Amino acid sequence: MTTNFSRFEGTEDYIVSEDLRNSVNVAVALSKPLLLKGEPGTGKTLLAQSIAKALGLQLIIWNIKSTTKAQDGLYVYDTVQRLYDTQFGNKDVSDIKQYIKLGKLGEAFTSEQQVVLLIDEIDKADLEFPNDLLWELDVMNFHIPETSETITAKNRPIVIITSNAEKELPDPFLRRCIFHYISFPEADMMEQIIKVHYPDLENTLLNEALKAFYWIRSQHNLHKKPSTSELLDWVQALSAGGISPDHIYQELPFLGTLLKKNQDFDTILRRVHNRGTGENQQTGTRIFRNW
Amino acid sequence: MFINFFYLLKREGVPVSITEWMTLMEALSKGMAASSLTSFYYLARAILVKSETNFDKYDLAFSKYFQGIETPAQISDQVLNWLENSLPPLDMNIDLEERLKYQLENLDLNELKKTFEERLKEQKAEHHGGSKWVGTGGTSPFGHSGYHPGGIRVGGASLRRSAVKVAGERKYYEFRGDETLGVRQFEVALRKLRQFTTRLEGPKDLLDLDTTISETCNNAGKLKLVWTRPSKNSVKVILLMDSGGSMGPYYRLCNQLFTAVNKTTQFKSMEIYYFHNCVYDQLYLTPTCRQSESIKTEEFLRTHNSDHKLIFVGDATMAPSELTEVNGIIDWGMTNDEPGLTWLERLAHHFPHNVWLNPVAETYWESSSSYTIQLIKKVFPMFELTVDGLEQAVKKLKVRQ
Repeated sequence: MTTNFSRFEGTEDYIVSEDLRNSVNVAVALSKPLLLKGEPGTGKTLLAQSIAKALGLQLIIWNIKSTTKAQDGLYVYDTVQRLYDTQFGNKDVSDIKQYIKLGKLGEAFTSEQQVVLLIDEIDKADLEFPNDLLWELDVMNFHIPETSETITAKNRPIVIITSNAEKELPDPFLRRCIFHYISFPEADMMEQIIKVHYPDLENTLLNEALKAFYWIRSQHNLHKKPSTSELLDWVQALSAGGISPDHIYQELPFLGTLLKKNQDFDTILRRVHNRGTGENQQTGTRIFRNW
Repeated sequence: MFINFFYLLKREGVPVSITEWMTLMEALSKGMAASSLTSFYYLARAILVKSETNFDKYDLAFSKYFQGIETPAQISDQVLNWLENSLPPLDMNIDLEERLKYQLENLDLNELKKTFEERLKEQKAEHHGGSKWVGTGGTSPFGHSGYHPGGIRVGGASLRRSAVKVAGERKYYEFRGDETLGVRQFEVALRKLRQFTTRLEGPKDLLDLDTTISETCNNAGKLKLVWTRPSKNSVKVILLMDSGGSMGPYYRLCNQLFTAVNKTTQFKSMEIYYFHNCVYDQLYLTPTCRQSESIKTEEFLRTHNSDHKLIFVGDATMAPSELTEVNGIIDWGMTNDEPGLTWLERLAHHFPHNVWLNPVAETYWESSSSYTIQLIKKVFPMFELTVDGLEQAVKKLKVRQ
């Protein structure tokens, strides 16, 4: 075992499973980007923060939007500003450098210290976006033709990439990544996670809340299953509202914090009602069609 | 090293490449597996497997290669059922621990596996808490929630992780896809369907370089910026999907196409309507084909001009009378004054850019039972609903029929 392996152990406010910890350390040791996939709310984005904190490194976040181009991450050449400056002549426009603005990736490359670079929600961008970054992530440098300068990473950043699986990612890109799928935490792991966030929570309240939460998640046909972050909000609401633990599973108070879609709300309320009267939970929702 | 494992993975259908294999070798040479099989399991998975849908295949290959546990002793559902009614986890005490330590020192994995297989054969009922049979609690080496320093866990959740049998759990079974076609491939095919134009509404936020240069020159060298609208795709698409019962087997495939089409934001407009087997005087707005959520086909034709591209998705399989006869409509209690084929011809005539995508494999189209496919094929150019078929269809859509 080499010295730089097994560095990341999780932080006190982020519980990390054994296999995730392994994946992080493999990615760090091999200097390869770590691609994280998983349901929304399983803490993909938080992981990068936790890694940065645990290793004492600066975190640079590149948030991807549907309009983001790969070029934006490298640098932007502000030609219009330069053109305007030629008009008024109060600046030395022959120095193109001052019009080159580095993007997040460029920033990470030029940093004096190693940084953690989070490329958040890469699947939001255009289909070709990951392919456009292949070279840069592989060799960790890029060329700026305007100044004939090559920006090379002084310290290879630790790259964390998250994806919500809205789009499939191209194979050449996947080949260069270390992949980890964060599965939804089991009840006992979830209990630990909640305790990290709210250490003073009553046990009975927590247990009842978890019971109700996993019951809701087990229901079919939900458009959006509630996730960890919503559970945390809910637990906080329950505790702040002074709800008695006996009522949680029966009445599901503050359901709005868990469910964000009207249809889901109706589905759950109807099934809570049916649960009370002991009816079949799956009646009348499907319309059967003939051949 | 482990080169056979590489080929085994490929055989199991995990798409591993040489690049990834070399990365794994690099990791191993750095000592990252820490000489432990569990570490190796996670290490190799993180490097070689890039989608949770392949985790299960990986697990299978892994257990075949390293343990061989799955071939002889298939753990039957019945055994797993016995284990569902579990005892509470076993409390350890010193006495018990001493006894088990002795067992651990005399442990042989092959021996253990052999015994396990024998037990599986012999055992006829549930057992909990003992030290011999497959069950929960207790100190038998088989089962879960119990304690045996080198046992085989069967089902349940790990409480004392002493067995290196994580792969055998096949936790990722439900993620398994076995899909040959991906949403991404459909998306890429659909991308080719575009026609750029700048004559659209929208903000002028793109610098028109050529005009800027000439305007600046006309302006005696004083900068004059000219902005223009970015070119946009002007393609308008209408998707008509068959949501009849015979489409059931193709549900998944159609769903992928549907997802790809929905994600493609590049079209100027994109509308989806549904029908049951054939189009008559109504088109439905939802896949349930309810009367209350429908639009008259005449109305639809009036409000959509002929520059839309029309894509039909359907198996084109039905009773011939549904196509050729008045009142041939399949839905009980409904009538049609004109045969279905007349409506299809009308649509094809109205939208000169049209195709029909058929999930039924092309080899079946000419068979005698596919009479309706042959009829419809005369009206619409028909393509298989595969990535290749979609690509050909997209080419066809660019030209008038």
